[in-house]
Amino acid sequence: MSTVVLLVITGLGLGALYFLIASGLSLIFGLMDVLNFAHGAFLAIGAYGTWWASVYLPGAGPDGFGFLLAVAFGVGAGTLAATLVELCVIRPLYGRHREQILATVGLSLAVPALLQAVWGADPLPFPRPALVAGTVGVLGVNVPTDRFLLIAAAVVVFTALWLFNSRTRYGLIVRAGVQDRAMVTALGIDVRTAFTLVFAIGGAAAALAGALGGLYFGVVTPTQGMSLLIFAFIVVVIGGTTSLTGCALASVAVGLIQQFANYYTVAGLGDIAVVIVLAVVLLTRQGGLTAKKSAERVA
Amino acid sequence: MTDTDVAPTTPGTGATDSGTVPDVRRRPRPTGWIAPTVLLAVALSLPFSTLTLPGVFEGTLNSPPTLHLLALCLVFGGLATSYDLLYGRVGLLSFGHALYFACGAYTAALLMRVLELPLLWSAVVAVVGGTLLSLVLGAVSLRVNGIALAMVTLAFAQAGSILLARDPGRATGGEEGLPLHTAAVPDAFVGVVNTVNLYWAALAYAVVATGVVWWLTASPVGRVWQGIRANEQRVAVLGVNPYPYKLAAFTVGGGLASLGGVAYLLVTGGVTPGITTAEFTLALLVMVALGGAGTRWGPLVGAGLYTYLDHRLLQLGGSDAFTVLPAWIAAPLSQPLFVLGTLFVLMVFFFPGGLVALPDRIRSALRKRRSSPEE
Repeated sequence: MSTVVLLVITGLGLGALYFLIASGLSLIFGLMDVLNFAHGAFLAIGAYGTWWASVYLPGAGPDGFGFLLAVAFGVGAGTLAATLVELCVIRPLYGRHREQILATVGLSLAVPALLQAVWGADPLPFPRPALVAGTVGVLGVNVPTDRFLLIAAAVVVFTALWLFNSRTRYGLIVRAGVQDRAMVTALGIDVRTAFTLVFAIGGAAAALAGALGGLYFGVVTPTQGMSLLIFAFIVVVIGGTTSLTGCALASVAVGLIQQFANYYTVAGLGDIAVVIVLAVVLLTRQGGLTAKKSAERVA
Repeated sequence: MTDTDVAPTTPGTGATDSGTVPDVRRRPRPTGWIAPTVLLAVALSLPFSTLTLPGVFEGTLNSPPTLHLLALCLVFGGLATSYDLLYGRVGLLSFGHALYFACGAYTAALLMRVLELPLLWSAVVAVVGGTLLSLVLGAVSLRVNGIALAMVTLAFAQAGSILLARDPGRATGGEEGLPLHTAAVPDAFVGVVNTVNLYWAALAYAVVATGVVWWLTASPVGRVWQGIRANEQRVAVLGVNPYPYKLAAFTVGGGLASLGGVAYLLVTGGVTPGITTAEFTLALLVMVALGGAGTRWGPLVGAGLYTYLDHRLLQLGGSDAFTVLPAWIAAPLSQPLFVLGTLFVLMVFFFPGGLVALPDRIRSALRKRRSSPEE
């Protein structure tokens, strides 16, 4: 019983991490048809930004308010990077989806290499604030506190994104743009501002995932982003590519499956189990699962 | 109907399409075989040349390090051509090509190591295995299109990568990879003195891969592929089911990639999990797009340039040339992936057709300038 509780909470924590990455991907993919490989780069920037700030930024530190400041710095850096990428790289290639994907592939290779050039390839120990350093007793199990921080962050981001989507004018434009971009543009609404906004939001969520992923894994490395990104892609496909709720459900499912399979079978099989689930979903729910219209437009 | 007619020529489908489709039609001129023959003759005679290219290669052309680098360029050239069969010729955005390459290399290495099979039989089994794997996985992944296909193939490749890195049954060597079991390999392919034979093996692979891809694209199947790339729906409306054609391209591409894995195993004397990662497939995509997707020479040129830069930049990073530069310039420049990634982003913007389209672009730019001198 205690193992199950621990696995559930750890799985939820991992799922929360996936959700933070996948939500941005899904928004960007849904609206812009861009498979954003640079997302892993935003994640790495967020992680390294937080790490850097907690060591060098005056006022920031590994503890309490200082850590919040460090995370804010990391998220800010990721958001800034995402905004710049959208304005300088994605926007000039407007409507050319293949070129947009290629450009983000280039960034996904260049940015981790740059981080590696500056801070080296070795994992850097990530600061762990005293608040989430210990464990919490839940039903007689000692669960690391940072898992709850991850879950809480994911819930907050989910709520914020849901409110943004359903309550704001930009959310309306984004939803309409996903449905039929040509129509929205024809109505005289500038979808491009929404693009930049969505990209910035996605970058912020990825950077937050980077900072919290640093807590989860205890270290930051330049290539952490890519392996997390692949699972986020899987989450996006299982979740139905454009739906925020689908994305959340899929991240929870993927996180739980991974943890349980890793514990009860050989370690590493969990990752493969997730891919098998993906194959099963594809075989049984063909078409209903993915945004067909956007897929055809690109291919 | 007008909508679908206009679609392939809009900027949305990219300059690669508009640049290459007329190219393909113009190709079958009588002199079409001269360039490949001359190039093959040059490539075959390279090991006999004692030419030195100062700054380009360290030693003479026939010195083992240079031949080794050239052999790697050729292996990746063939591999990139097999990837381009999917990406450039049929328009399938697969992100899992590394899986089949790794499957070929690891299967051959394991068969030689564990079952002590000779090289030839290991290679045959590895290629058949890689082809079957790509047939099965292709059959599943091709149920989706476009970006979803990219994600699914990426997921399968990642599963393979994890499996190999986790070292099941202590068979794959985990992070260390597997060295080539030299007892199972003919002596002619072992040791630094035989680099020239390895070079010829790599050349043979590159010729086979490009030959198969060129031959298939010129065949009737290739016409259907061209149609699928331009507009899949239109092909379906014409009564041709695109699925088996896409699956055929996927399988042939996977089979050629697994043959490339065997060549890579021989040339580098072992395999590491580095060739199974998503970064490796992304590098393949960069090679193809750098040279020019869907063109005859593009993948070869792109892969050669990429592999060459990757190795040379790493060498330069440790050499004296970089110590005179300030640290903040030298550090990023000594990271090949940073230079290549940045170069690639710039290329996407400024030469969307890749390197092989460059001469044509320059020519047409000059012509435009000549015809309108007032500008």
